[in-house]
Amino acid sequence: MPDLIAAFLFIGVIAYSLLGGADFGAGFWDLTAGGAARGRGPRHLIDTSIGPVWEANHTWLIYCLVMLWTGFPTAFTAITTTLYLPLILAALGIMLRGAGFAFRKNSLRTPEQRLYGAAFALSSLLTPYSFGAIAGAIASGRVPTGGNGDALTSWNNPTSVLGGVLAVVVCAYLAAIYLHVAAHRSKEAEVARYFRSRALAAALVTGLVSVVGIFILHADAPRLFHQLSHRALALVILASLSGIAGIVLLRGARTDVLRQTAAAAVALIVCGWGVAQYPYLLGTHLTLGAAASPTATLKVLLGVACAAAVLILPSLVLLFRLAGRGRLDTG
Amino acid sequence: MHALDAVLHGLAVAGEDPPQLLPAREQMAFTLGFHIILVPFGVALTTLMLIAHYRGLRHGDKDALLLAQRWSKVAAVLFAVGAITGTVLSFELGVLWPGLMGTYGSAFGFPFAIEGLFFFLEAIFVSIYIYGWKRLPGWAHFWSGVPVSLASIGGAAAVVAANSWMNQPGGITMRDGKVVAVEPAKVFFNGAFWGEAVHMLLAAYIVAGFAVASVYATGMLRGRRSRYHRTGFLIGFVTAACILPVQMLVGDTLARQVFNKEPAKFAAIELLPTTGAHVPETLGGVLIDGKVRYGLPIPDMASLLAGFTPSTTIKGLDAIPADVRPDDRLVSIVHLAFDVMIGTASALLALAVWFAWLWWRRRTVPDSPWFLRACAISGIVAVICLESGWIVTEVGRQPWTVVGHLLTRDAVTTQGNLWPLFGSVVVLYCAVGVAAVWVLRSMKRRWRDEGDDSVEVPYGPAPELAGARPGKKEQ
Repeated sequence: MPDLIAAFLFIGVIAYSLLGGADFGAGFWDLTAGGAARGRGPRHLIDTSIGPVWEANHTWLIYCLVMLWTGFPTAFTAITTTLYLPLILAALGIMLRGAGFAFRKNSLRTPEQRLYGAAFALSSLLTPYSFGAIAGAIASGRVPTGGNGDALTSWNNPTSVLGGVLAVVVCAYLAAIYLHVAAHRSKEAEVARYFRSRALAAALVTGLVSVVGIFILHADAPRLFHQLSHRALALVILASLSGIAGIVLLRGARTDVLRQTAAAAVALIVCGWGVAQYPYLLGTHLTLGAAASPTATLKVLLGVACAAAVLILPSLVLLFRLAGRGRLDTG
Repeated sequence: MHALDAVLHGLAVAGEDPPQLLPAREQMAFTLGFHIILVPFGVALTTLMLIAHYRGLRHGDKDALLLAQRWSKVAAVLFAVGAITGTVLSFELGVLWPGLMGTYGSAFGFPFAIEGLFFFLEAIFVSIYIYGWKRLPGWAHFWSGVPVSLASIGGAAAVVAANSWMNQPGGITMRDGKVVAVEPAKVFFNGAFWGEAVHMLLAAYIVAGFAVASVYATGMLRGRRSRYHRTGFLIGFVTAACILPVQMLVGDTLARQVFNKEPAKFAAIELLPTTGAHVPETLGGVLIDGKVRYGLPIPDMASLLAGFTPSTTIKGLDAIPADVRPDDRLVSIVHLAFDVMIGTASALLALAVWFAWLWWRRRTVPDSPWFLRACAISGIVAVICLESGWIVTEVGRQPWTVVGHLLTRDAVTTQGNLWPLFGSVVVLYCAVGVAAVWVLRSMKRRWRDEGDDSVEVPYGPAPELAGARPGKKEQ
């Protein structure tokens, strides 16, 4: 039962990495799009393609939080009492970003838009970095079972920095691919080219960070490295292949399965992390079973997750279809 | 002199608590107090918008359609702010109150999971609805708004379930300080659930209704008395005014339930130091050194309201064990907040009666300046009423976080130095609040400049016209 709940929790983590991640990555490209005149095209595309979906994408985070605190309350408090600083930073990013994005859409004057845009973009870096660092802290076993671990070193260490940087570049990669395909579909050739070159660059940087990451994990988190290179090896290889396939598709300017390939690469890496850490929820010391709530609670959670599958997934499909077909007007 | 004693006494009591308790509580109160203002707009403004939308589609009422469209944009901005302040709250539950989440997360966490489900549906359909004005067919578009309204009701009820469980916890088995078994139905539908949930949902409709009415009343005061303004005013005002009397009945039932099940809170509400019969209803007043001061007592009234006879015995603060008895300041806060809630609600009810009388006399939207002025401030009065209601239930639970199980001082984090965090949160929230008001005002200005007729009405203009507008793309 705890394993099943953990699987549902992890589905949320993957969904948030892919969907929320792409939104944060869009913030990265918004930040680097240049001045108000030069960045108009990319920013307009970012506005129209994220506008209708960002709140639904953000909700995956809430899903993960409630699954974690209800299903594994001791682990939740261990994480929050140890990693409260990056959590606060992530919350700050989420807040400024949501507010900045929602307000920018409704303001008309350029200085105002610039202010909200800056809030949106800067905080888009802050949040993925913080979540990546948190993941690194959990994976490398720096969150003690009883909580109250070191407030600074727990998330300022080689694995956490790797996690943070990787999260930022992965988000940028996902976003560039999504936006490239979106621009291609709406026949905006120039913006499509713009994001294609950026997607390629992001893909290469992501690959580079991943290779460097192998050495960092080997030195800093030996168990995680061992599991990644043994039990989770197949997933890691598949993820690398998807990443390479993405680059090949990008170079050939093919867009038909590009989004799926990019999403698969990221999802497989996140999966690999999960498989490598199993059966532990925290590092190598707190198992899923030991951290789990009483069975009745887990059953309710299971029910909620099933209800989500029945109610949420079709609704999400409807939303993405309507948005994809231009039935939702963002003007 | 007494006031000084009270402060010193308060400091002495506070000294027993961990130093981080005060900033943690202040931060929670501030962020919850901020978030709660946004809730009525997520829950009820969407319903008002659907009422207008239905009227617009059913009767071809262009003013109503335009209202629905604009309200949906306001709802979108406030929903976004509510979503992020809500996210901050879920972080805070872990960061500030690990003692609560670690031990009781398995019990009262799952109502939040159910809320998450509803919130998810709401976020999806709110997007479809808001962005669907131009390109979805009329009735299909209307129906895409219905899940927003329903999900927001379900979501709010689920959050209140978690809150009411903290007031009247049930359905858990504890062993060695850990929750070992949970009865989900008893946790969710705890003793305080129905009263609190219905009370909060009705409050949301009242606040949103009066807030909308006050916007258009202000416009009418400034001379904008078109049919558009009258329709906007009526939809908001009539909804709130019709629900208000029902809310009074629900509130009365809830108070009696608190009298039966939460004696400490009831004693604080009634400002009652000692147990006894023939308890007067004290209006105003504070508790200093365990004695009621400066209040206006109405003889026997509290007993009469609680048990329908003047001889009804009400437990006073002396019935609460000394180590978990709330101190004088907390009791005074709860009592005064209750008075403010009842006072503001009565004022709003008087306004509703005034409206009904004017309407009955003239069969038209009343437009006397004094009535409109009263309506113009009714939104703020309703928000004050809502806030004071929450102060009663939250402060009234102290020193408990989970009554009978967990003291607030044991729930709080052991990390020290929370004041800088609290300070930053206040600054940040103020910035977001100011920016939100600024954006809403600029939307209003824009709409006014466009005029009521020139703006495109949903499903109205021919596609080529829409395409000809600068900045609009063809599908």
